Amino acid sequence: MRGLRALALLALALLGLGAAPAAAGPVPAPPGASSCSGCHGAHGEGAFAPLAGRPASDIAAALAAYRSGERPATVMTRIAKGFTEAESRAIAAYLEQQAAP
Amino acid sequence: MSGPTRRAVLGTLAGLAAAPALGQDARGRVVVLGGGFGGASAARALHRAGLSVTLVEAETTYTACPFSNEVIAGLQPLAAQRFGYEGLRRAGIAVVHAVATGIDGGARSVALADGSRLPYDRLVLSPGIALRFDAIPGYDEAAAEVMPHAWKAGAQTELLARRLADLPDGGTVVLSVPANPYRCPPGPYERASLIAHVLKTRKPRSKLIVLDAKDTFSKQKLFEAAWKELYPDHLEYVPLAAGGQVTAVDPGTMTVRTDFSEVRAALACIIPPQRAAPIATAAGVADRTGWCPIDPVTFESRLVPGIHVVGDACIGGAMPKSAFSANAQAKVCADAVADLMAGRTPATPKLINTCYSLVAPGYGISVAGVYRPANGVLADVEGAGGTSSLDAPMEARRAEAAYAEAWYRTITADVFG
Repeated sequence: MRGLRALALLALALLGLGAAPAAAGPVPAPPGASSCSGCHGAHGEGAFAPLAGRPASDIAAALAAYRSGERPATVMTRIAKGFTEAESRAIAAYLEQQAAP
Repeated sequence: MSGPTRRAVLGTLAGLAAAPALGQDARGRVVVLGGGFGGASAARALHRAGLSVTLVEAETTYTACPFSNEVIAGLQPLAAQRFGYEGLRRAGIAVVHAVATGIDGGARSVALADGSRLPYDRLVLSPGIALRFDAIPGYDEAAAEVMPHAWKAGAQTELLARRLADLPDGGTVVLSVPANPYRCPPGPYERASLIAHVLKTRKPRSKLIVLDAKDTFSKQKLFEAAWKELYPDHLEYVPLAAGGQVTAVDPGTMTVRTDFSEVRAALACIIPPQRAAPIATAAGVADRTGWCPIDPVTFESRLVPGIHVVGDACIGGAMPKSAFSANAQAKVCADAVADLMAGRTPATPKLINTCYSLVAPGYGISVAGVYRPANGVLADVEGAGGTSSLDAPMEARRAEAAYAEAWYRTITADVFG
């Protein structure tokens, strides 16, 4: 299954679709990841930290600290509790792969 | 800002019809109908996923609802609510400004007002809401010109803003709120707050009466605490249990009736019950509730295969009808459509919603949630989400007001920029 997907991605890349921007990149968006840009926009508008291209370890650590309540926040403490450690790491890895603006 | 010429539209359609073998392969043709937060987000995400996508939207300018309560209170110009489709075009998305008159789910095509048909392999429908002008006796489209709903941003927003600015000091304002479900669950209470702010600061002898067709609502404890603190003399809240349901209105005499009383208003804002926009009913994707049941993994209609419904029109389960939800749903839906068209099984998603409300300038509160498919609907992830803390310090309220503004800039740039 994984091999088939890799082959499909390769085929798409050969078709010239590899130039499609980062969201269509090699890592499909894991559960929850595509919601992040609702606040954390591609260009880092306003008060929210831009996440695209940030090291996955930083993002995963922040999510863990929000989840435990160790790091205070207005909204992220409530959102981080909706994701397991493994899900948070997958989201972090995905965001790291996104092209920084 | 001129609309597209007939030639441009026909040119686009001809281009689509002539789309070569690519149109026949597994990637296929995707049409997105509706250019609001849901539809425009879906078009972008589908395009990013490498699919050939056409966005059909009647209007050349979109007027956003989030922050339109601030326009009503004179805190923000209506121009700040308006967005064009140049950004989507620049991104390479075909945008066709045309009125869709019908959808043939069997033949998989959208009928346009000029008589042409737009074929699709999968359709993403994000049509928004229709206001039910058959729900409150006396409240029809003509009455809305006298007692604005302002629940679709644009001329109605300007009308309510003007009426509020012109309100004589001492005049009674009535705001009527429908039962669930409806677009933007905390929106009426943000509106109540900001109207009360206008009364307190500019028309101190006036008072707002909020007539609600339900007893509980979004961020209720936070709103009620703020009202008690900020607007004790300017806002009276009447829940269903105390006779808050509006049973009839008379725009001729500016009367709003409930089971127990009759209020003569100097200004009345009536937010009527709602349903999915008429094209959803025409397509057969709306059920008897007036809303569209969907598969919570793919957002594909439970009633008509090949049509995916996102945004306010869909039955989002625990997810509220908000711009944030529409944007999040559109991205998940687009990924699922890309998977389905490539013969892959879509993964089970999680989605996030966050809604900010201003109870006064510089005083923000929020509700957030995380959702996942469970038992065929989108359900809350337990232990996550919830509202701002009831005893948060004022600096947290100020921060959330700033986040609200930042969110509006971010989401509109993400969708229309």
